[in-house]
Formats: sequence, C-alpha cells, structure tokens
Amino acid sequence: MIFVVAALLVLGAFMMFLTGLGIYRMPDVFTRMHAATKASSLGVALLLLAAILVFRDPMVLTKSLVTILFIFLTAPVAAHLLGRAAYARRTALWEHSVVDEARGKIATAEGETVGRAD
Amino acid sequence: MDAATILSAGAWGAGAILSAGMFFGFVRLVKGPTLADRVVAMDALATMAIGALVIVSVVSGQALLLDIALAMALVVFIGTIALAMTIEKGIFK
Repeated sequence: MIFVVAALLVLGAFMMFLTGLGIYRMPDVFTRMHAATKASSLGVALLLLAAILVFRDPMVLTKSLVTILFIFLTAPVAAHLLGRAAYARRTALWEHSVVDEARGKIATAEGETVGRAD
Repeated sequence: MDAATILSAGAWGAGAILSAGMFFGFVRLVKGPTLADRVVAMDALATMAIGALVIVSVVSGQALLLDIALAMALVVFIGTIALAMTIEKGIFK
C-alpha cells in the first residue's frame, strides 16, 4: 500500500514537471496553455489521491475530492478565458500552425473581429 | 524497509521532480514574451505550489494543509480570470 502512495507521489510530481517543461518548450501561448492546463490538473489529482490513501479519513477524502473536482472544473474555464483574451489581443500563433478555427469568431473589446489575414 | 522510509523516499523524489518543473515555469515567467505567457506560467506555478503543499501534507501528516491547498485553488482561479479580463480589455500590454 505504501508503495502505491509513493508511486502516486512521484507520478503526480512528474506530471507537474511535464507542465513546467511544456510551458518552457512550447512555441506559442495557446500550445503552452495546452501543456499547463491538462498535465497540472492530472498531477494535482494524483497527489491528492496519495493524500487520500495516506490519511484514510472521511474529512480528508471529502476535501480532496472537492479540490480535485474544483480544479478539473476551473482549469479549462480559466484557460478558455485566457486563450480568448490572448487571441482577441492579436497574439501571434506559431508560424507552423495548420488550423485557426477562431478566425473571425472572436471580437476584441473594440468590437472588431480578429484573425490571420490569409 | 519500513513504511516511513518508503514514504519519505517517495516524497523526496517527488519534491525534487516538482522543483525541476517549477524551475522551468519560472524561466517562462521571466522570459515572457507577452503578458498572457506570464499569466499561463503563473497559473501553472500556483498549481505546482498546490501540489507541493499536498506533498508536505502527506509527509508531515498535517491534514490541515489540504485546506490551504483548496483555498489556494480558489484564489488562483479568480486571479487568472481577473488577469484574462485585463488582457482582453487591453489595460496592460
């Protein structure tokens, strides 16, 4: 059992490491967000699962599950708003991006739509 | 090997890996180039800090630290949304 806990701790921390590596290595804001949101949510979930297995307490179980649920709900929302804001401020996409589905669909604060000209 | 040794070894390894991840996050936070990059890095670093709190909680046996982790998740969400709104309105470049 304690091996499972140690493995969950290391695996969760490794997911966090992948988050850091992703936001360091990825080429533009939107791909960085992709690394930052998903891997860190899974990392926190694995670490909290380790906490649940160590403490074996109903209070800890409830609080950890609520934290996992909250992070899984809020991380995509925050990333969506941030990506939308960055796109509306005409943040450049990576030059090798092949698809830009938001083109012409997101308006700036001044009311004009944005997107690459091509 | 007894249980405490294994748990302590796992936590040391996890802390070391997490610190390496936080280092890369800080590099992105300093380098930028836009405000949105910094906000993404800050968000990821805060999530890593939550993870670090959970690791410390598991090692020290202090279940109260999980409350702080939950509170931090709430605050980070509000902060990221507020910064996203300032970026969209163009208040900061």
